[in-house]
Amino acid sequence: MTTQERPPKLIGEPIKRREDPRLITGQGSYVDDLQPLGTLHLVIVRSPYAHARVTGIDVSAARNAPGVVAVLTPEDVQQSTEPVPVAAQLEGMHMPLRHALTGGEVKFVGEPVVAIVAEDRYLAADAAELVEVEYEELPAVIDPEQALEGGPLVHDELGTNLCVVSPIGDAEAAARAIEGAEVVIKQRLMNQRLIPNPIEPRAVLAHYEPGPGTLTVWSSTQIPHLLKTLLSACARVPEQLVRVVAPDVGGGFGCKLNVYPEEILAALASRRLERPVKFVETRQENYVATIHGRDLIGHLELGAKRDGTLVGYRIKVIADIGAYQHLLTAAIPTLTALMLQGVYKIPALAGEIVEVFTNKTPTDAYRGAGRPEATYYLERGMDLLAAELGMDPVELRRKNFIGAGEFPFDTQTGLVYDSGDYDAALDKALAIVGYDDFRSEQARLREAGRYLGVGFSTYVEICGVGPSSALPAGGWEAGTVRVERTGKVTVLTGVSPHGQGEETSFAQIAAERLGVGIEDVTVIHGDTAQVSAGIGTFGSRSLAVGGTALVMSLDKIEAKAKRFAAHAMEVQADDLEFEAGQVFVKDAPEKTISLPEIATLAYNAVDLPPDTEPGLEATSYYEPGNFTFPFGTHVAVVEVDTDSGAIDLQRFISVDDCGNIINPLIVEGQIHGGLAQGIAQALYEEAVYDANGQLLSGSLMDYAVPRADQLPSFELATTVTPTGVNPLGAKGVGEAGTIGSTPAIVNAVVDALAPLGVQHIEMMLRPERVLDAIQAAKGGAR
Amino acid sequence: MIPAAFEYAAPDSIDEAIALLERNDDAKLLAGGHSLLPLMKLRLAAPSLLVDLRRVSGLDGIEEANGEIRIGGMVTHAAIERSDLLVRRAPLLPAVAATIGDVQVRNRGTIGGSLAHADPAADLPAAVLALDAQLVARGAAGERVVSAADFFVDLLTTALDPGEVLTEVRVPVPGMGSGSAYAKFPNPASHYAIVGVAARVDMQDGRVREARVAVTGATATAYLSAAAAARLQGSSGDAAAIAEAAGLAAEGREMLEDLSASAAYRAHLVAVQARRALAEAVAAAG
Repeated sequence: MTTQERPPKLIGEPIKRREDPRLITGQGSYVDDLQPLGTLHLVIVRSPYAHARVTGIDVSAARNAPGVVAVLTPEDVQQSTEPVPVAAQLEGMHMPLRHALTGGEVKFVGEPVVAIVAEDRYLAADAAELVEVEYEELPAVIDPEQALEGGPLVHDELGTNLCVVSPIGDAEAAARAIEGAEVVIKQRLMNQRLIPNPIEPRAVLAHYEPGPGTLTVWSSTQIPHLLKTLLSACARVPEQLVRVVAPDVGGGFGCKLNVYPEEILAALASRRLERPVKFVETRQENYVATIHGRDLIGHLELGAKRDGTLVGYRIKVIADIGAYQHLLTAAIPTLTALMLQGVYKIPALAGEIVEVFTNKTPTDAYRGAGRPEATYYLERGMDLLAAELGMDPVELRRKNFIGAGEFPFDTQTGLVYDSGDYDAALDKALAIVGYDDFRSEQARLREAGRYLGVGFSTYVEICGVGPSSALPAGGWEAGTVRVERTGKVTVLTGVSPHGQGEETSFAQIAAERLGVGIEDVTVIHGDTAQVSAGIGTFGSRSLAVGGTALVMSLDKIEAKAKRFAAHAMEVQADDLEFEAGQVFVKDAPEKTISLPEIATLAYNAVDLPPDTEPGLEATSYYEPGNFTFPFGTHVAVVEVDTDSGAIDLQRFISVDDCGNIINPLIVEGQIHGGLAQGIAQALYEEAVYDANGQLLSGSLMDYAVPRADQLPSFELATTVTPTGVNPLGAKGVGEAGTIGSTPAIVNAVVDALAPLGVQHIEMMLRPERVLDAIQAAKGGAR
Repeated sequence: MIPAAFEYAAPDSIDEAIALLERNDDAKLLAGGHSLLPLMKLRLAAPSLLVDLRRVSGLDGIEEANGEIRIGGMVTHAAIERSDLLVRRAPLLPAVAATIGDVQVRNRGTIGGSLAHADPAADLPAAVLALDAQLVARGAAGERVVSAADFFVDLLTTALDPGEVLTEVRVPVPGMGSGSAYAKFPNPASHYAIVGVAARVDMQDGRVREARVAVTGATATAYLSAAAAARLQGSSGDAAAIAEAAGLAAEGREMLEDLSASAAYRAHLVAVQARRALAEAVAAAG
């Protein structure tokens, strides 16, 4: 065929997201947009106490309130459903379970106690105010270190607040190395609790139909297939009768990678009442009843030679997991453990992860999930070490980098880094920031009483999650390609995008491979009745794992199409090339047959090739052989107002390497969002509890999710180091921005204030905290 | 996020609105709704009747007459921000209005609603205090005028009677040699003021004839610092005088303490922000 017939290249092109016109013109369809005839509304009565014994529940007034159809109580729910599921199981772990409603002892503010089902949401909320729950308040434990040291017990029956201790690395070797090190820095580093804040809070609509006995559940979830399996068990409906649909989902950031009490309650209520039942979370509920992220205290010791060569790293991490485990709670801090080594050669390394119960909202996966913490500890540690050695933080990093020629690289934590070129990303970032010029400008301005600082973070993260051996419910992904009779293409994927743009990126891949227009490809996801199998979207896995399943199916389609073509053109399949929607004969490119023609042959099936079934559809399951390891360098430039403690983030440079890029616009968007969240951990976001376990930062008026005007215009660049783990060479980019950025900010602020004697400031960097650190360093009060 | 049931009325005249307030004990006026509706959604407020002022005519003008600018109670923050008249004649108001919330909030929120709600962290109270504005209250018994200095009584409490509507804000036009500025230290979440200081300085022959230093966000209600003003009066508005005056701005006041700032830090911020506002105001008066 001739070159001018070649369709446009699509892979690697900055194609605008196809889902956006729908989403930004109000034509999306979220759970709360769905209103089947006869829908009932469910509202939850929650515990106002962090720890209390429920001594009485009186729902009689609520039952008789206008519009109320049913009131669910703990006793009833405990008999009719299975407990809220926990999938991550670590060796020696305590796993106290709870049901969707708690009757005996409530253990965090926001824990569900009673559910009201009414004809509308307002009547349900009115009736909820009539429920009388008597509580006997019990002492609460809020501080995880206090919880370990004999504070009140969250779960009496365990006799301890310790959930599990997980060691990693070689403790003896690390101890020896640090003992023998010429320089050792020790620092306690708080990685504070965060609230995920998807723009769409959780929502679920359950519809049990008594005729067929089916339960259809629309949920704002990241994991429709896993939810189907787990909810079938919890609500006691056989799995083959359960269908889960994730319609448009307004963000998740990990907090929708879960099964929640309200999903179980809606399913139970619908089964009982044989009507659709909807629950839509308020923002206030979202703050206390949806999982939180982070909340890890690290006690770090980093040992080096005088010349800066790292010799040993030891860290004890105390993870405050809240009152219960959710789906993956206990596993998240173990990702911190796996990534302790970062981008450096460290000859001896050991970590101990201590997970602790407290009377707070449970934690679980939040964008980055364990890796931001690991990056924060090590990258803060490197700056503390550089300060101690009087070395440039860039030079110290470079000296210890794993070299570009050393991949695949075995870490002390048992991972194999696939590929990397850490110097390349650092070089690019240094060039953009103009490092040498900055240092002289910084010195000049310090003379004038202005405090500018620059901070670096050279990170590596783990994504493309992941080999099934590392996950409690499988790490594979499934994908189907169906060429329809007309030659149009339907892609079905088990990943469940909720902002990641796979309706576009997967269509780019399929369209380019099959040589059709992108408008001829539809990507279907998030419906277990349409997509036969899948795991979901989390862990920056959708492209690296789900995209590979798609590629495998495209390979099969190509092979089968060639068989039909060979049979029709009476040539050997080996003599055919597949390109641009045509199959042509290598030596006689004028002989072609088009994809629609092949589809007609495949579906009419009048003259089938030997050993070939009708149809042109292929499904593949891809099991990844390894994780992937994106990396990069983030640089922050700040000015600190030493009068008020306010921080002005002037520049943020992000050089990221996520392997091959399918759509650079989507990559940029993912980095932008990730940076906003990572920077916010340093500057704006902190979940704060009082001593009684009340969430003080309980609304968007108190918990600062940054607006555009609170962030600089990001300066982005990429390097491309493909992975050999999958045929796309793509690593994943969903979380990198969050993972890399946080320590760059803190490092920059400490760099700015170093002349005043400031060595460290705990996150989040509230102006008051910054001012206190300045005053403390000066040795006086303000 | 799910308000209790309520009745709603949108009368055409101010007299009708006042009559509705008179007849319903727990009725609330609705202007922009940006403070009231969130309280209702959280069920912290559950008025039986909302009296919406949006159809009442004569509340949305900005006009100059007899040496003062009259601003209707339903004038939005955005209208203040964009008013050429105010930008030319009383630039402190547009400067303060521009710092409120975001574009959407400024398009809905009104000066009357903000002042009558008297949120301790709202911005406009500082502006009307610094400008020595007169506030017009209208009720069944007729109209009365309250000075801004007497208007803010306590946390969320003003000199308005329950049956009164804040219909107008009258701002004396600052004369030649007057300069003003607003230095806001915003809460990064709510974008309200942790501390905001509005300063107005009238200069004459190189000396400060009069200064007004209004502080919001720091205490239960916005206030004027007489001590800071007095220290500055008669000085040349030099840096040392400004620093000393600013240092007095929190004196004798009980600072708020919350998640965003301790009392001690708030007091510190009052001094820092007062210094900045005064320096800018003096420069503008120049």
